[in-house]
Amino acid sequence: MSFVEYGDTIKDGDTAIVFLGHESMFPVKVQHGTVTQTKYGVIRHSTDLIGKKYGSKVTCSKGGWVFILHPTPELWTMNLPHRTQILYSTDISIITMMLELKPGSIVCESGTGSGSLSHALIRTVAPTGHLYTVEFHQQRAEKAREEFREHGVEHLVTVTNQDVCKNGFGVSNVADAVFLDIPSPWEAIGHAKSALKAEGGRICSFSPCIEQVQRTCLAMEEYGFTEINTLEILLRVYNVRTISLQIPDLGKAAEDNSSTGFDSSNPSDQGSPCANLQQGTVQFKSGVPLREVVGHTGYLTFATKS
Amino acid sequence: AMEGGPSARIREGDCAVLKRDEVFKAVSVLRRRKIIFEKQWFYLDNAIGHIYGTTFEVTTGGNLQPKQEMEETTTETKEAGTDNRNIVDDGKSQKLTHDDIKALKDKGIKGQEIVQQLIENSTTFRDKTEFAQDKYIKKKKKKYEAVITIVKPSTRILSTMYYAREPGKINHLRYDTLAQMLTLGNIHAGNKMIVMETCAGLVLGAVMERMGGYGSIIQMYPGGGPVRAATSCFGFPKPFFDNLHEFPLSKVQSLLSGTFTTETLPADPEDNALLEEESNGLTEEKQSSLQETEEEPTTEAAMEIGPTEEQDTMDINAENVEFKENKEKENKENVREKQIKQWERRKKLIEAAALLREKNADGLIVASKFHPTPLLLCLLDFVAPSRPFVVYCQYKEPLLECYTKLRERGGVINLKLSETWLRNYQVLPDRSHPKLTMSGGGGYLLSGITVVLDKGKSDSSNSEALKMEEPSSKRCKLQDLPC
Repeated sequence: MSFVEYGDTIKDGDTAIVFLGHESMFPVKVQHGTVTQTKYGVIRHSTDLIGKKYGSKVTCSKGGWVFILHPTPELWTMNLPHRTQILYSTDISIITMMLELKPGSIVCESGTGSGSLSHALIRTVAPTGHLYTVEFHQQRAEKAREEFREHGVEHLVTVTNQDVCKNGFGVSNVADAVFLDIPSPWEAIGHAKSALKAEGGRICSFSPCIEQVQRTCLAMEEYGFTEINTLEILLRVYNVRTISLQIPDLGKAAEDNSSTGFDSSNPSDQGSPCANLQQGTVQFKSGVPLREVVGHTGYLTFATKS
Repeated sequence: AMEGGPSARIREGDCAVLKRDEVFKAVSVLRRRKIIFEKQWFYLDNAIGHIYGTTFEVTTGGNLQPKQEMEETTTETKEAGTDNRNIVDDGKSQKLTHDDIKALKDKGIKGQEIVQQLIENSTTFRDKTEFAQDKYIKKKKKKYEAVITIVKPSTRILSTMYYAREPGKINHLRYDTLAQMLTLGNIHAGNKMIVMETCAGLVLGAVMERMGGYGSIIQMYPGGGPVRAATSCFGFPKPFFDNLHEFPLSKVQSLLSGTFTTETLPADPEDNALLEEESNGLTEEKQSSLQETEEEPTTEAAMEIGPTEEQDTMDINAENVEFKENKEKENKENVREKQIKQWERRKKLIEAAALLREKNADGLIVASKFHPTPLLLCLLDFVAPSRPFVVYCQYKEPLLECYTKLRERGGVINLKLSETWLRNYQVLPDRSHPKLTMSGGGGYLLSGITVVLDKGKSDSSNSEALKMEEPSSKRCKLQDLPC
């Protein structure tokens, strides 16, 4: 297994994802002799994991069961240990497409943070591309290096511990794309431009505040970037539910026992509302929005160097 | 890597995308071919050899010339008003008439100069606020300073273009939704992907771009053959197509039940007698069904017709008596060619069937005009466990049903029904705000991950389903039922 190549069976040293049920999962480092505690009981790596097919159901000691999943950057994003606020797959998706990333692309990123975006970028540019990621926090930089090693992708990424605003990305005229997620991106636009290839490339800056966006757009214009465009993207999830709504008692029109307005003897053509007069309800399927959703992550500003 | 260098330059035969502000159009780069774009006529000849991303102006004679970097002369503090309380819009503030402007254009006066003339001849310009003046200048520049950028096709460019120009051809799949599919589906180099789409080949192209020529793709198609109009616009190198297979949906059930066979594969392609009949019948059939499945060209075509289509028209029209003799020889050659092609087609079909039968695909992408449920229920059988799948539908309701049927089937977890909300912004000093218009909807996605299918135990699939649902709050118990 690796984050950039699928494998079929679980091996010693793999990072696997233990799936317990609805949106409940966690990563685990597979190791001979180790055990992992879950609310369903114990998982013994040597007997329950190693050699099993990814996607298998594993029964734990208390009788409950879990699924073991092959890691992907998306699953990693949902389960990684946060050292900073991270980017989620919704933003990551549009960033990847708008930066035109693909196998072979050279990308520069700062700051590395918790490595959420980094893993996704590495996956996209593999096997022939490279990620140059810059992190000014020494421990975070080291932790990132460690994780990339554990996940079998260290050959695709270079982590540099420095301040991108002062010292740039450590490379020049090689990048197809640059990504900035730092407090003062306008201070790094010049460095971004020199990291990008002479014949052109794409840049993206992520900022939570509009004031940051304004300063960044100005800087991009000053440095000759074109096609400057700012957008935001939000995810709306729907829960699929069968809903039953009660039919109100509106009384009777006359003294006879005929049913009120809603005629249940005539089943609907569409098949969706299905009246159940005995219980006085109508059932239908609905995609129900969540009660609370993410309303803002950050503004994404894209531009082209030509 | 294949980036940079020669592939960064515009070459004859390329599919390029013309861009003016937010308007895109895909064209074939051919010499001496008149192009119409944004009310302008020109030839692409002078663009050949330039780097993609170069901006051009249209000069007299319809020739392209790279736009010179002009120094912005409008930075002097000009006279401006404070608000519009006294500005009356009576349509008489511009002193230049249509004819005056036309005369300027005919004289060959540059767009920049025309804009300057318009400003000087506007009685209200100096009363406008600085912002209003800015807006006015931008508007006039957009109209009179016609610059065209030639950009290299990519998923970003083509998905934006199709969504703006011909959303009907791609089932109104908005580009950010496509972006989600590619990431949720973990599309990357080395995958073995199954793709089923009726989006003119745009989704296929996007998947191919993210796979970089590594791995393999089996495209499932309805009718006689897959439509790949958009795919050819990406400009992928030939080797990318070596591992692109196709398989007809109409044979899926037979493949799953084990009854799939092609017609008896001829041992020798030189067996004329037997094949001539068959091949003629089949190729005709295939041609007519291809015409059916091929989308009708719209009057405002996103793609200009390429050279191969022109050749076909020419062949049909060549009814010259002089060539009749040669034509007979040609016919014999054509029949032989068709036999070989047919044999190759069968060979590819068997290859694709073999790949599917392994039931170890790394992912499934569906984006079509068809109801998603039957597609999912069948095609998921070809996917290995612990792999993502993503289904796009223009409408939400079919995905509600799909979700329910998948729960009943089992073997899937982490099902999620979602859509993305996208908003563009205008960012200018003291004038930043979301843009005035936005897309009302970009379609819906149902995604999930496969797991080992526990056949036979209907009990466990039920408890599995219950496990996958979030606990409904006690208050709503009467109304909410997990599906």
